[in-house]
Amino acid sequence: MEQKKVKQFRKAFKAAFPHTIPIFAGFWFLGMTYGIYMNVSGFSFWYPMLMSMTIFAGSMEFITVNLLLGVFNPLQALMMTLMINARHLFYGISMLDKFRELGWKKFYLIFGMCDESFSINYTAEVPKDVDHGWFMFSVTLLNQIYWVFGATFGGIFGSLIHFNTEGLDFVMTAMFVVIFMEQWMKDKNHTSELLGLGLSLICLFVFGADSFIIPAMISILIVLSLIRRKSVDSESDGMAGRITENVCLPFEENSVKCRKDGEIQ
Amino acid sequence: MTLAQQIITVGAVVLGTMITRFFPFIVFPAGKPTPKYVQYLGKVLPGAIFGMLVIYCLKNVSIFTGMHGIPEAVAITVVVVLHLWKRQMLLSIAGGTVCYMLLVQFLF
Repeated sequence: MEQKKVKQFRKAFKAAFPHTIPIFAGFWFLGMTYGIYMNVSGFSFWYPMLMSMTIFAGSMEFITVNLLLGVFNPLQALMMTLMINARHLFYGISMLDKFRELGWKKFYLIFGMCDESFSINYTAEVPKDVDHGWFMFSVTLLNQIYWVFGATFGGIFGSLIHFNTEGLDFVMTAMFVVIFMEQWMKDKNHTSELLGLGLSLICLFVFGADSFIIPAMISILIVLSLIRRKSVDSESDGMAGRITENVCLPFEENSVKCRKDGEIQ
Repeated sequence: MTLAQQIITVGAVVLGTMITRFFPFIVFPAGKPTPKYVQYLGKVLPGAIFGMLVIYCLKNVSIFTGMHGIPEAVAITVVVVLHLWKRQMLLSIAGGTVCYMLLVQFLF
């Protein structure tokens, strides 16, 4: 029994690893930047190490450094966190089905659901013979390992590193562009994608870089709900007929093939 | 801040993060049927979220000053073209990133 589990895990781990390679590059870099930032702010490496393990939400960890340097105000810290990380609510809603019946693994998957883990776990098509629970578990675990090691490493050796990494952080942008494209190619109806881009862009211009996420989320929610109401009026089925199942296999040999099933109507 | 205050501050951040991550699963537990509206959101949100995340990554790019977002625009074009051409996730990401690094380190 135990051996079977170990075997399942190993297989899933091997299948998951290639999906996390871009994160490996990005998290080492960003994690180290974060560790260095804490280092120069006067904190020992224990801080980035423990904070990256427990918080595991990149942008929030950077902000926490400022919170630690400021006046003690835990309620403000809590409220800020809720605002900045509110986008996780969307991830949870999208993952309700995928995380079903995964036992204790579910808790870790939810705990470790950062932007990157969510994006991979949502879009990657798990090979048929691989246990999808262990696959998502491996993705999340690997991502967290990269991040914690990067942060700790940066906290210890931060001040000693000299090598021009300027621009390496673009790896995250590139990854989200690719994931966006995969989602685009998977969906027949591109309303959601265009709304996400357009409304976020409008909110960015109106509210500025530091406070556009919440208005963007609210406007996306409102418009998607309005569209649904319209489609409920015209169709009997309320799902707007655009349920698409899992995506392509970016890392399988025949990566050009893409399953386009699941169109309900 | 004392050590205890630091621990409480970090604890507040951990608590806040966990609330945002666990909330949907607590409100819509696996045993009960999820409302149709939430199921609908679960299907249509990801496309919009990925669009939002792309913008989120680019939020600090200033179009009117500095490099005018040109390196970002060029590198994203490289990513898109590579991905349309080969559809190899790692190649598209690596190609775009190397292009961006060369641009910001040598050209701009």
